[in-house]
Amino acid sequence: MLLQQLINGLTVGCVYAVIALGYTMVYGILEFINFAHGEIYMLGAYFGIIFLALFTSSGLAASNFPLAFALTVLLTILFCSAYGFTIEKIAYRPLRKAPRLSPLISAIGISIFLQNYVMITQGATDKVFPQKFGDASFNFLGASATSLQLIIIFASGLMMLGLHLFIRKTRTGKAMRATAQDMTMASLVGINVDRIISVTFIIGAGLAAAAGVMVAAYYGLVNYSIGYVAGIKAFTAAVLGGIGNIPGAMLGGVVLGLIESLGSAYVSAEYKDVYAFIILLIILLIKPSGLLGTSVEEKV
Amino acid sequence: MKRFLHSPVASALCAALLFLPLKDLKSAVILFVFVLAGISAAPYIRKLKIPQIPFKASGLSGFLPVLTITIFALLPFALKDYYLDVLIMFGIYALLALGLNVIVGFTGQLNLGFAAFYAIGAYTYALLNTRLGLGFWPSLPIAACFASLSGLVLGVPALRLKGDYLAIVTLGFGEIVRIVLNNWDTFTKGPNGIAGIEPPYIAGFSLGKLQYYYYLVFMVVIAAVFVIRRIEFSKTGRAWLAIKENEIAASTMGIDTTAYKLYAFAFGTFWAGIAGTLFAAKMQFVSPESFTFMESVLILSMVILGGIGNVYGSILGAFILVIMPELLRDAQLYRMLILGLCLVVLMIFRPQGLIGAKDASAGR
Repeated sequence: MLLQQLINGLTVGCVYAVIALGYTMVYGILEFINFAHGEIYMLGAYFGIIFLALFTSSGLAASNFPLAFALTVLLTILFCSAYGFTIEKIAYRPLRKAPRLSPLISAIGISIFLQNYVMITQGATDKVFPQKFGDASFNFLGASATSLQLIIIFASGLMMLGLHLFIRKTRTGKAMRATAQDMTMASLVGINVDRIISVTFIIGAGLAAAAGVMVAAYYGLVNYSIGYVAGIKAFTAAVLGGIGNIPGAMLGGVVLGLIESLGSAYVSAEYKDVYAFIILLIILLIKPSGLLGTSVEEKV
Repeated sequence: MKRFLHSPVASALCAALLFLPLKDLKSAVILFVFVLAGISAAPYIRKLKIPQIPFKASGLSGFLPVLTITIFALLPFALKDYYLDVLIMFGIYALLALGLNVIVGFTGQLNLGFAAFYAIGAYTYALLNTRLGLGFWPSLPIAACFASLSGLVLGVPALRLKGDYLAIVTLGFGEIVRIVLNNWDTFTKGPNGIAGIEPPYIAGFSLGKLQYYYYLVFMVVIAAVFVIRRIEFSKTGRAWLAIKENEIAASTMGIDTTAYKLYAFAFGTFWAGIAGTLFAAKMQFVSPESFTFMESVLILSMVILGGIGNVYGSILGAFILVIMPELLRDAQLYRMLILGLCLVVLMIFRPQGLIGAKDASAGR
């Protein structure tokens, strides 16, 4: 029972972690909460269904499902990255020098817009993600993990590792770290800050999109409003780990997933969504810098 | 190539392509045309000068406020019940926007969970009335003070946080309140809501009729404007403004920033409690559905639309966002879509709001 809850919690936690990366990267550079990030995840889930339906009607999904699913994920990431790029360009870039409230409100506007835009074009009812992964599950020590759960955990781990290597080892990653430390200094040493910010949004949106497809496949149902709650939880995960800190977001996501899973199993399932908020409140009040973060003095 | 990428055609094409998988080709082409037209017109919109309506600092005197009050006082004689109903909702939202404006507009503390205090006010009256049989008039101050008290309880720990974090904590608080109201069946009757709440009585005479209720709400709004304007230009109001402009500078000038931020929280949420009570007494029914995050966003939009930090702006914002959907009944589906778009466009082209002060440094 406990082990089973741990597996379920780890699966959801990995998804939170992947979404949280987008929040934390943007916050690290621009110091602003990208409120529309959850909606990118929601769009990812919808695009997943749309592209998979496309492959199903062309017959590819029937003959080679893994290939069709992989192509779906790739196309979804491509499209959502384009959304992330466009949103930053339209709604955030003109406000970079504006008071801090402005981009946040602009982001809330984008979030409302995307939610309703999907509701109008795709309908307000739940969409079903075709279940083709089968019931194959792996048993150990009395607990079972479905193949999809293992895929989610494995793929999330791979993405997090990939991102970590990208940030640590590549030139662009180095430029991103420099920009996060000091934007003006970074531009003085010849880093194209606008480009780096675009890259950050593209990567963040791509990760959220992948998380969206995986969750759509995991829960089987998708709704235009799923982005809001997932976004808040992922943000909680980012804060829990220390916002702006990439390994922190990964840790925070997994911890949050586990707490939620154990909480709904042993305390009360009705209040499942409250746990994230309560943890968020407690963390912000006791240690606002998060588990792995360092506190920053305010610049005068 | 590079010049093409920066042209409006490229942006419109981009929007249309991204939209395509969600709907058919025809809508994508329509979107292309609209975005192209919008972006091409943008430079002209930016240059458009909307005259600022001058308001005397002294409160309700002056030609325009008196005229507005007269018109609104005479409206019940001219309007059908349905429109009166809409105007009562406008009054309740105006109170909410005025209250939130104290927190966001005067003091610069973003609050994304304002609907929670509205809910606390409404549920306090609903529970006092249906369980203890307490009437409207004794309940009104209790509900307002209770909302104010919960504002303080949230404020004491949360106001140690800055801008964005505060926004998220208040958002979390709003969700917790809504989820608890929804799940605590034995006390709040959960999602079914509480029915059979009494309208206010004066000496045994019911104010439940729309005309009477309209005047009650109308009077409360005028009282709110009067009180809030007085406070805005008092020592407290100046301290709030100083905190909004620059918190560190304010504290070096000897302003107890934490205390004044708490005043703002308690004072702003007080009006939410009153608005909640008026709402519960009007509907004679409350359920958690009326107090979602979208409600908080709607109230915030009213404050921003009219002009952050401007009392009359908040009322104008409430008026536009309550009346508009009624005028655009056919476009009901697109209401929130347009609202979202408006927020983005407003922030880029007119961050000070329709009649807001020129200086929009809220949150800095």
